[in-house]
Amino acid sequence: MAESQIYSLHVNGEQREVADAWLGESLLFVLRERLGLMGSKGACEQGECGSCSVLVDGALVCSCLVLAAAAVGQQIVTIEGVAPVGSPSDVQQAFVDAGAVQCGFCTPGLIMAAHSLLERSPAPSEMEIREELSGNICRCTGYGRIIDAVQRVAVARIVVNGRGIDGGIKS
Amino acid sequence: MSVIIPTSLHSALQALADSPEATVLAGGTDLMVELNSGHRQVASVIAVSRVPELCSWSHDAVAGLLNIGAGISYDEIAREPIAQWVPALAQAARTVGSPQIRHAATIGGNLGTCSPAGDGLPVLAALDAMIHLASLTGVRTLSFADFMVGPKRTARLPGELITGVTVPVVRGWQGYSKVGVRNAMVIAVASAALVADSDAGTVRVALGSAGPTILRCPEAEAFAAAHVDFAAGSAADSVVDQFAGLVRTAARPIDDHRSSAAYRRHAVGVLAGRLLRRAFPHG
Amino acid sequence: MTDAPTRSELRGRLGDSIARPDGVPKVQGTFAFSGDLSADGFLWGATLRSPYPHARIISIDLSGAWKISGVEAVITATDVPGKSTYGLISHDQPVFAVDVVRFVGEPIAAVAADHPETCRRALAAIVVEYEVLPPLVDPERAIDGSHAPVHPDGNVIRHQRIVRGDQTIQGPVIVEGTYELGMQDQAFLGLEAALALPDSGGDGIELFVATQWLHEDQKQIAACLGFPEDKVRLTLGGVGGAFGAREDISLQVHTCLLALRTGRPVRMAYSREESFLGHVHRHPCTIWMRHHADYDGRILRVEARFVFDGGAYASTSSAVLINGITHAQGPYKCENATVDGWAVRTNNLPCGAMRGFGVVQACFAHEGQMDKLAVAVGSDPVAIRLLNAMETGDRLITGQVIENVAPVARCIRETAALPLPSQPVGGHDLDPLRLPGGSGLTADVSHIRRGIGWGVAIKNLMYSEAFDDYSTARVRLADGVASVKFATAEVGQGFVTIAGQIVRSILGVDEVIIEAIDTTVGSAGSTSASRQTWMSGGAVDGACRLVREQLFQHVGQMHGIDPLRLTIDGRDVVDAEGSLRVSVTDASAGLELDQTFEHHHRPTEDLDEFGQGNCHTAFAFVAHRAVVDVDVELGLVKVVQIATAQDIGRALNPLSVVGQIEGGIAQGLGLAVMEEIIQIDGHVRNASFTDYLLPTFLDMPDVAISLIEEPDPMAPLGAKGVGEPPTISSTPAIVAAIRDAIGRDLTRVPVRPNDICLP
Repeated sequence: MAESQIYSLHVNGEQREVADAWLGESLLFVLRERLGLMGSKGACEQGECGSCSVLVDGALVCSCLVLAAAAVGQQIVTIEGVAPVGSPSDVQQAFVDAGAVQCGFCTPGLIMAAHSLLERSPAPSEMEIREELSGNICRCTGYGRIIDAVQRVAVARIVVNGRGIDGGIKS
Repeated sequence: MSVIIPTSLHSALQALADSPEATVLAGGTDLMVELNSGHRQVASVIAVSRVPELCSWSHDAVAGLLNIGAGISYDEIAREPIAQWVPALAQAARTVGSPQIRHAATIGGNLGTCSPAGDGLPVLAALDAMIHLASLTGVRTLSFADFMVGPKRTARLPGELITGVTVPVVRGWQGYSKVGVRNAMVIAVASAALVADSDAGTVRVALGSAGPTILRCPEAEAFAAAHVDFAAGSAADSVVDQFAGLVRTAARPIDDHRSSAAYRRHAVGVLAGRLLRRAFPHG
Repeated sequence: MTDAPTRSELRGRLGDSIARPDGVPKVQGTFAFSGDLSADGFLWGATLRSPYPHARIISIDLSGAWKISGVEAVITATDVPGKSTYGLISHDQPVFAVDVVRFVGEPIAAVAADHPETCRRALAAIVVEYEVLPPLVDPERAIDGSHAPVHPDGNVIRHQRIVRGDQTIQGPVIVEGTYELGMQDQAFLGLEAALALPDSGGDGIELFVATQWLHEDQKQIAACLGFPEDKVRLTLGGVGGAFGAREDISLQVHTCLLALRTGRPVRMAYSREESFLGHVHRHPCTIWMRHHADYDGRILRVEARFVFDGGAYASTSSAVLINGITHAQGPYKCENATVDGWAVRTNNLPCGAMRGFGVVQACFAHEGQMDKLAVAVGSDPVAIRLLNAMETGDRLITGQVIENVAPVARCIRETAALPLPSQPVGGHDLDPLRLPGGSGLTADVSHIRRGIGWGVAIKNLMYSEAFDDYSTARVRLADGVASVKFATAEVGQGFVTIAGQIVRSILGVDEVIIEAIDTTVGSAGSTSASRQTWMSGGAVDGACRLVREQLFQHVGQMHGIDPLRLTIDGRDVVDAEGSLRVSVTDASAGLELDQTFEHHHRPTEDLDEFGQGNCHTAFAFVAHRAVVDVDVELGLVKVVQIATAQDIGRALNPLSVVGQIEGGIAQGLGLAVMEEIIQIDGHVRNASFTDYLLPTFLDMPDVAISLIEEPDPMAPLGAKGVGEPPTISSTPAIVAAIRDAIGRDLTRVPVRPNDICLP
């Protein structure tokens, strides 16, 4: 289209140039359509489902509600930045093992939210898990297996280190 | 379309003065919804999330005041150390959207949108919050009651930026309740904030989603002040019931796709009664 | 003689709770959903939709769209080269509206452009002149003929009666009620999206799309494009949930038309608002029911009148109607019935398949009736249901004998045996999040009343009324690696997992390759009707058995052994009467065994004018018990626990089964207390997730599950379908629990706060 701009965003530890962008594009759109990072999903474009969740300067936010051009200079971490392809993080593996993945559309957003939760609270109660993940909608699983996955990770991290390991996402 | 990202209050005000019709972008939780749906087009955006003067807060122990910068997120407000000074606002903050929303949504943005369903607003109204506005030509302060003039309409003038809000730190019980059809991520169908001020001997109550603006209930407040026992922390059941009735009368709710006027009127009465009982637990 | 291998036991066979094969790509974000697919030089497509529920189109002026730089195509009904209408049963739905629009959201035109924002501007520049007409929104007016037909096919899509047994019986005990269900949306997360790649000669097309039935889409698309079917090649793009909403065509033909018109790849993706308008929904329904019973509460006769609002186009309404009325008696013995059923056309949103397919509506009514019956005879919800519980050998009111395993009483008893919640209202920790209202802090424990309620259901499996919904699978075995090819739409339910488990169980291999899901193999039928494990599982099973037979022939020949003595043990081919043991890998070395199998279920019949006939294929059963806490003054509800025992035949993958049960219950909960598309005079008020509320983590309760495994001899793997039952009787159980808590009748779902607390 006629109005296009160039700017750069810091994504998953790298500076990435965004070209041919219209300034009204959300960060979700830019990640997917300009930077080829299709892992974040759009299911509502209103911040009501969490499928587009990413970290911006360490805070879990909906990327559909971030104006991409205004995120210049911020540290952005997406699902692609959680772990190398083929070597899933402990949270990701737990989701697979616990049956917490069905269609998978909500899953990247939930992985981001679960990592963020466990970083803030390494031994969360069930109600805490429910509240911290309440911004992520799943239509397939009914949530039970997801809660189980998060609890498995919390227990496993304590067992491994006796006091909790740093499973956080490095940006 | 243009996007400006000022990094100081002065440059933000300068940008706003240069294009007074520009849209101010804080957390994006309102504006981006409109942009994404194509229901609104904007020519220029001034993103204020990097303006440091907006992102600080302070507690003035001597004056008993809490100053919150417009850029402070609801996540921060929901937690310590801010929560202790204004527990009702922290309770309201916890009900805003989801964790993702709370990380991005700011109190300044909530004020800028000024929806009658805005979760923080009944608390600000009940605390008689002071809203600070700045422009290149100066600063001014408005009471919340003067700031919100209609549904999604404020007294902010073109070229003005909301810079923060000041609320009193009140000795006494305060709380917020919000009715929604599900238990998370829900727009208030009806809400109420109540502040009991033991020093002043007053009870202030404000209603959300029950009228074109956040509504105070002067008759109910006067009645409560006259009939509760601050020292004993008590209020008779009949006082609670009558208080609830006066709150119901003060409401001016509408029917919409979320709920009915009848339900909203009923609900704010129930909420107000329960809040008063929490503030004055003894019969 | 070879040494017995000392490797680990072969894992991932039927009965194991193995992880799904696409799990790691899904958690890492590399799994490609249809909206993630792209191609060089692609254009974006977008659709112009009617803002009116009923209007005549006077003129369409496209010129403004063409003036916008970046627009490459603008098309309308005149650009449809083949059949101008489509549909699953009757082809009554236009690709683009021609002279009249019949629902808000009906497609009128489409554009292709270089950016979604360009598309938006182009659509805004198209000027359509309408003559607004009064919408037909009351189904009763469609029945009584007082509104002119809104479609040449008329306002009644189907009418069917069921008349069985003694029509004159009156019970000494009679209970009746009128039950209403609002419009639920499937609300899958993976928004509609497709990628169309036109062939260079413009005489064929390749389409990647998230759908439920590739071959049915192919048939309809080809007809509209005017192409032979083999020129329309479909590949399943990753599906982000379906629940019935993808059975009908949505963006497929539009995307293909734009691609063929421009000669370039075209991507189309719906927004959430558009998705709400762009697919079918669960039928709103009003059901009057009257039960006649003896003084003990035994059902003597059922009378009912069902009215399903099918909206503007027929979709699968006629089949939904039949499902609904033939399940009117519920899982209970009943010899006499008088049922009248209507599926009608209005100017409301078109309705079609959603998980449960007409039985959700019937169950809400018959379970409300059972509770009324219990009260009338001084019984209780469990006893009345046990008294009437259906058994194998009983008949439906259509005359069909239930030949399947039918453990209704066992479902009820095992559900009742699951412990009630151990925590009191508010929990031992008095966490406000446990109360209705949650972090809204609306209630204290003293404001809450707890209630318990029941729901029990029967649900048919597979398609009905003489429809041969077969499935096809192709299995190959070479050098110890098996690969399986099918067109079965994986929508999240986990068929790709089960397929591998079947292959491992029958062929004894570790590695199973699931090939691309596309139309280069025969039809698998629809991923719906809880049918794929039975039908596509049956097809994979059948193909594997043929491959195994071939393998045994080969091994038998090589070693001079009668193949009938051979069997698979772990990873080996073994002579059951001798000492031969050779690994499958070695046995299949250098071979390319390749078999295709079609699995058909036994034929079913049409219903006659009295609704009599063996129209269904098979049945499954389930019971639910709900515990809810209710803030009676505010009308807010928190579902505390759902307990369920489900008749599943055999748990092929227990973890997968649990996932289907918990997910289905969530949808049942949504219908019970929060989900409804609100239409006022045909206009939709809440086409967004802000106001169409789905259950969140804080709304879902603990779920206690008992799996009832009585293998069904009619099922190829002994397993019944599990997807729909969880969402059927969970809704009435929750509503019954609310009634129990508040002591008031409730006749409509979703239950609203004012239904509970206002007069």
